[in-house]
Amino acid sequence: MVNDPRLPEPLSWDTFQQGLWKENPVFVMLLGLCPVLAVTNNAMNALAMGLATTFVLICSGVLVSLLRKVIPKQVRIASYIIIIATFVTIVDYAIQAISLDLYKALGAFIQLIVVNCIILGRAEAYASKNTIVNASVNALGMGVGFTFALLCLGGVREVFGSGSLFGFSLFAPSFQPWSIFVLPPGGFFVLAFWLFLFSVIKERRKAAAQLKQEAGNAS
Amino acid sequence: MQADSLTFIFLNAFIINNFVLAMFLGLCPFLGVSAKLKTAWNMGLAVIFVMLVSSTCAYAINTLLVRYNLEFLRLICYIAVIASSVQLVEMAIKKLSPALFRMLGIFLPLITTNCAILGLALFQTNREYNFTQCLAFSVGAGAGFTLALMLMAGLREKLELADVPDVTKGAALSLTLAGLLSLAFMGFAGLGGQ
Repeated sequence: MVNDPRLPEPLSWDTFQQGLWKENPVFVMLLGLCPVLAVTNNAMNALAMGLATTFVLICSGVLVSLLRKVIPKQVRIASYIIIIATFVTIVDYAIQAISLDLYKALGAFIQLIVVNCIILGRAEAYASKNTIVNASVNALGMGVGFTFALLCLGGVREVFGSGSLFGFSLFAPSFQPWSIFVLPPGGFFVLAFWLFLFSVIKERRKAAAQLKQEAGNAS
Repeated sequence: MQADSLTFIFLNAFIINNFVLAMFLGLCPFLGVSAKLKTAWNMGLAVIFVMLVSSTCAYAINTLLVRYNLEFLRLICYIAVIASSVQLVEMAIKKLSPALFRMLGIFLPLITTNCAILGLALFQTNREYNFTQCLAFSVGAGAGFTLALMLMAGLREKLELADVPDVTKGAALSLTLAGLLSLAFMGFAGLGGQ
């Protein structure tokens, strides 16, 4: 059966899982790269940034979905941005209240969540067309996918760059950290490495599937 | 050099802490529009222009908000102002110089979602720059963005002719290239005698 794009799609495992792997915002769609590279010099910052973005994603998804019949089509982008900016302001003040050190480490990048294309993209492409439950589940999936990507980068960069993970040191004191990993070029290199790895995996899978098909045709 | 002198602020935003290569702002256009040298140049010019306008607006708004103790509205105001100033700039250019408007094309409206613009407004507020410092900062940041974009475009034009393995084609290769550029820009780190 062909899915009618005008009807809201039914809630399924796929709604959640989509953002984790198949449409992972960072590794597949290459969206929101600025915070991905800027705050991932250690795993703790990466986790905090991921959680903050997930919170904004879910809240704005719910509100946009709730108001989807009220907001006129012509001013929808402006309305979405105002909604997102409101939640980002809440997160900004919350983090400042919870941990000032974390707030200083993340700096202006908490406020820059506003211009993270993932959130506006989800609001426009998904939340504005689906029910509240679907929108929040999808947003949660995207948020988890984004956090996973941030941790992938933050983990690698912290282990090599400062010899620790989440602040616990892993190696003997004689370990010489490769400080290039916590510096800006390291961010580019580690992301490039992950993308390279994923494209190798994808190629392998494609080749395996092709081989299987050929074997099936032959027999 | 004084840390708050205009030359230092300009150089700092231009090469030492380059917006794209050291602070990771505006990566989407950096990877998206850097395939051709010509479009990269046009995009850079548009960004410098919008940065100047929005930096001026952000300065004025911040003064107003601080006077009435409404700092919590800062982010919402900034994003609204940037979106509308991009729209205004677009209309003004269309009226005054249709040739320039055609040259910039789709890049002009896309600048709204460029985090370098909002980042500029936020940084100048956090660092409490005065008006002339804001202008130097925005011109420096815009010029730095243009420089990074053009270097990247030049490299990618050459790379078109190179023979690389299939799996590395696309984003992975562009990012490695950006990493190498960023590495080169780290050489400017000691500039200005810090």
